[in-house]
Amino acid sequence: MKFSHAIIEKNVLLLAVLSLLTVSIGGLVQIVPLFTIESTIERVDGVRPYSPLELAGRNIYIREGCYLCHSQQIRTFKDEVERYGHYSLAAESMYDHPFQWGSKRTGPDLARVGGKYSNAWHVAHLNDPRALVPESIMPTYQFLNRPLKFEDYADHLKTLRIAGVPYTDEMVAEAVKDVRLQAGALPDADTAGLLARYPKARLGDFDGKPEEVTEMDALVAYLQMLGTLVDFTRINPEDVQQ
Amino acid sequence: MGVASAIGAQGMVGVRPVVTESYHEDVVRAFMVAAMFWGIAAFAAGVYIAFQLAFPSLNLGLEWTTFGRLRPLHTSAAIFAFGGSALIGSSLYVVQRTCRAPLFGGAYLGWFVFLGYQLFIVMAATGYLLGLTQGKEYAEPEWYVDLWLTIVWVAYLIAFAGTLFKRREPHIYVANWFYLAFIITIAMLHIVNNVSIPVSFTGTKSYIVWAGVQDAMIQWWYGHNAVGFFLTAGFLGMMYYFIPKAAQRPVYSYRLSIVHFWALIFLYIWAGPHHLHYTALPDWTQTLGMVFSVVLWMPSWGGMINGIMTLSGAWDKLRTDPGLRFSVTAVGFYGMSTFEGPVMSVKAVNGLSHYTDWTIGHVHSGALGWVAFICFGMMYYLVPVLWNKKGLYSKALVEWHFWTATIGIVFYITAMWVSGIMQGLMWRAYDEYGFLQYSFVETVAAMHPYYVIRGTGGLLFLTGALFMAYNMFRTIRSAESNEPKSAVAAVAAE
Repeated sequence: MKFSHAIIEKNVLLLAVLSLLTVSIGGLVQIVPLFTIESTIERVDGVRPYSPLELAGRNIYIREGCYLCHSQQIRTFKDEVERYGHYSLAAESMYDHPFQWGSKRTGPDLARVGGKYSNAWHVAHLNDPRALVPESIMPTYQFLNRPLKFEDYADHLKTLRIAGVPYTDEMVAEAVKDVRLQAGALPDADTAGLLARYPKARLGDFDGKPEEVTEMDALVAYLQMLGTLVDFTRINPEDVQQ
Repeated sequence: MGVASAIGAQGMVGVRPVVTESYHEDVVRAFMVAAMFWGIAAFAAGVYIAFQLAFPSLNLGLEWTTFGRLRPLHTSAAIFAFGGSALIGSSLYVVQRTCRAPLFGGAYLGWFVFLGYQLFIVMAATGYLLGLTQGKEYAEPEWYVDLWLTIVWVAYLIAFAGTLFKRREPHIYVANWFYLAFIITIAMLHIVNNVSIPVSFTGTKSYIVWAGVQDAMIQWWYGHNAVGFFLTAGFLGMMYYFIPKAAQRPVYSYRLSIVHFWALIFLYIWAGPHHLHYTALPDWTQTLGMVFSVVLWMPSWGGMINGIMTLSGAWDKLRTDPGLRFSVTAVGFYGMSTFEGPVMSVKAVNGLSHYTDWTIGHVHSGALGWVAFICFGMMYYLVPVLWNKKGLYSKALVEWHFWTATIGIVFYITAMWVSGIMQGLMWRAYDEYGFLQYSFVETVAAMHPYYVIRGTGGLLFLTGALFMAYNMFRTIRSAESNEPKSAVAAVAAE
């Protein structure tokens, strides 16, 4: 019997099912293997879950829509590597829920901004970008100089643990205290435990107001760790190839 | 309430039973008014944030008015509020007419879809201003808004597919294939891309279950097919009904509509990775994305040819029907941006264009030139029909709208081509000593004049839409009604 398209266009269910099958194929082929092919995410040392303060900062970064103007993904081009640093690895965003690679560079890439500027520079720049960079078109963020809400961060860590981030029971139990500890709000406390849980975490009072933990503290703590976890002086490019 | 008469479609023979049930058109009218309102809101927000990039003091130093919070407001208002209201409203009109059956579920289901969808828009928009966002482009609404939209969308699917089931025509008309594929695919994309776990069921914050490279792939599978199915397949459905109606000609090629329908919906889904060229996404995925994006050019132009050639023998109508001129220009812009898209998906081109304004210009040649224009054409046809008027209040105003909007788009996309290509070239420029020639901020400063031109283009486009809103208002309020109610003929697929 000769096939006739009329069969499909006379049957709603058939049309719907065939449409659904047709649109499913591409996604299945492109997405499922990313979860099963082991070489998709490189095995490199150093990548760890965000500390509670960094996570709070990351949530402010998302809340303010920073990703709409700043990428966090250095492409494999000579000029990008010279401008921003080593090209980004998949492993570096393996704990990012959601990813923040971005799609537009109205401002520069931030994948490796950590450690490039001082804390004071970041605070001054966020308060008034044009005071430091006259040509900048970034909005001012003085309103971040307000107390950070972090009482529920143990719940945030627990939620991320369900999504697959390896937060330990100890990390969850210490979450709220770790926020204060990292932001320098507990000046005489011992930070060895915090640094064991979150190696390379930047410690200190970021915004010059030691008595309170502000949103500015959290955002700067996040910006200052971006791209610093993997030690690229010790990586052989062939080992991280996909 | 319109009463369908039993006039057969072109190419169809035989006497049909007279249909005495009423079509549900109140809800379609409500969607048209909503589309007009959200359109102006979306364009105004776009103009404002465009000028923020030229003059940053317009961010006002307030947390609710920064670019970062207003941009999702602009994109969601344009795509989901304006485009969505026009799509859902027109689909509910088209499905009833082409099936010669009243809406399944009746007025109750129709009004639930309308009010539910408007509530979704308001919840999403207020959330953006307050900083409640998932941080995924075009999928910013938080978990509770996503759940609500899912419920509304299922109701919409039931109303639409139910009407198809009850149809009195043997064939499902081609416009409905596209509308149905749009509804089904958007459901699939929305659900998979938004799987998230709320931190607390009484709070707004949630974390998406996908992470890193997989989240990137899923996001752009969603993001590109929001373009492919929301902004393309749905509006092709609109094209397949309203261009033949306004031109009073049958669709150019039935065979072409079959081939390009299946090819388009199969190929589009693969195109997502072209948003992730040269990133940490594996090379094989990038290459697949590029190849399918280039192949996608063919079915896209199949749709364009079918739309434009439908005017064969009726080109003179472009002189006398300015609404149809919008629809046909829309298909022209569709052809242009579906050629530009495959070019930009080629890795060598994308290396230059990605992260720059070229992408923004490309999106707007599609969003303003194709999506908005096909909506305007549809609304100029449909508003007098829905409110039972002899015609529009003013054809001259439609002319004014057409030219201000078209010039606005030309300003917009040429400014973005220049700024995008220039910025891409400046980023990769080396000086004679082998150093990077420009600091980043020098490339920002160089964008300023183009951002002013782009904002001006947007302002022209907004002005045109205000002409339209006034014209619509006067048309609806005019006393001249069309007696007797016009007979409605469905255009058959064969």
